[in-house]
Amino acid sequence: MRNIWAICKRELLSFFVSPIAYFVITGFTLLIGFFFFNYLSYFARVQDMSAMIALRGGDAPNLNQFVIEGVFQTMVVILVFLVPLLTMRTIAEEKRRGTFELLITSPVSVREIVLGKFLSIAIVLFVMLATTLLFPVLLIQYGNPEIPPIVSGFFGVLLCALGFASIGMAVSSFTENQVVAGVASMVTLLLLYVIQAPAESVGGTATEFFRYLSPLEQLQDPLRGVIALKSIAYFGSMIVLGLFLSQRALEAYRWR
Amino acid sequence: MIEVNGLSKSYGDYQAVAGVSFSAQKGEVVGFLGPNGAGKTTTIRMLATYLPPTAGAATVAGYNIVTQADEVRRRIGYLPENPPLYGEMTVREYLKFIAEIKGVPRTEMAKRVDSVMERCFIADVSHKLCHHLSRGYRQRVGLAQAIIHEPEVIILDEPTSGLDPNQIIKIRQLIKSLGETHTVLLSTHILPEVSAVCSKVVIVNRGRVVMESELSKLSRDKSLEQIFLESVSQEDAVDAAA
Repeated sequence: MRNIWAICKRELLSFFVSPIAYFVITGFTLLIGFFFFNYLSYFARVQDMSAMIALRGGDAPNLNQFVIEGVFQTMVVILVFLVPLLTMRTIAEEKRRGTFELLITSPVSVREIVLGKFLSIAIVLFVMLATTLLFPVLLIQYGNPEIPPIVSGFFGVLLCALGFASIGMAVSSFTENQVVAGVASMVTLLLLYVIQAPAESVGGTATEFFRYLSPLEQLQDPLRGVIALKSIAYFGSMIVLGLFLSQRALEAYRWR
Repeated sequence: MIEVNGLSKSYGDYQAVAGVSFSAQKGEVVGFLGPNGAGKTTTIRMLATYLPPTAGAATVAGYNIVTQADEVRRRIGYLPENPPLYGEMTVREYLKFIAEIKGVPRTEMAKRVDSVMERCFIADVSHKLCHHLSRGYRQRVGLAQAIIHEPEVIILDEPTSGLDPNQIIKIRQLIKSLGETHTVLLSTHILPEVSAVCSKVVIVNRGRVVMESELSKLSRDKSLEQIFLESVSQEDAVDAAA
């Protein structure tokens, strides 16, 4: 435990001494703010229109569905591009500057290295997502959204971000080159993001399979206010798989 | 304290180290001498448990470097060829981190960091970022990192490279004093360094040990330089004849 925490602290120091964390967090908040504004003005327009339709009977548009769900879904797209920027340096950089040799010859296990690094990224991601809680707070001030979908949606997106980070880290542990690590994880995550695209055309169980693999599909329940075991199992396995691959890659690197 | 037996490392067809054997006792400073590309760094990396050997065995501080690597890691201090520094940390932060992962007790941490900075002459840069240090300082911070946890065995890969003459003298004195209570293995290609600090010399060439001797037993009429050149060129001559 002590070693995991030591590694994590060192990583956090690197994130916050260098401008990386500030840039990624600010960029994320800025983008989400932009999308929040757009969804909100769209919602306002729809509301005006539906006021007319409502005279003839019909449902009023729902703030949760229009704004919150939209913002959370957009977050996932942005994470596909930003998470690799956070994870690409984790292990690749360590190998390039020779500190990997130091870590490996220290009485620290590969598992502790991997977990310490993952924990530090998890903390940065949590801070990053937490900054966007400002927007729901604004909604609560001026409207009346349902709270449970906001909480479960935040939880779901956080899990998704951790899953992405775990995959990014695994990719980073296979190379010494940060750019290669960054691009490769971006491509992997983007593929995962669009994986349900061929679902309709293949048919049968394959359709189900592709849908199951899609993070967007798995986020549907949390975004509607349901924390389903299915989604937790999905993102949980993604995290475990990424950590396992990172550990294996580092152990293999030693034994070459 | 270090017992090396037929240690080999090959990469495909290329044999970087071909059956190296030697030993080092407690209280000895062993100079690991050889021309560039002789396999010094590869051997040292195997002893530091960074690279696995392809054949042969070695024990460091009484533990096997392959099967008991974790025990070895607890007992060695290792300075690689390039000091493994984190540029974005200050010297003090860096040494504190090292003390943490090397298992120095929390209560002693601050004291150890201060004393090791004193010993390695880096107290004046304790608040500088490692990134901004000159080559000589980087080397000394690397050395501080290797001895902060008072390891039984200290393995140094070219510790004085990049230092100015004044610093070289100080660091050699430090290494010599470390040798009184620890086992020190020191790789170098600087001959006077061996005569200055080592009690024993192991000369390697082309991945093999060509000579192992206590420095005091070397003949008085030949300089270390002559001995080195002879043992290295003999090998090359044999190879050329074959």
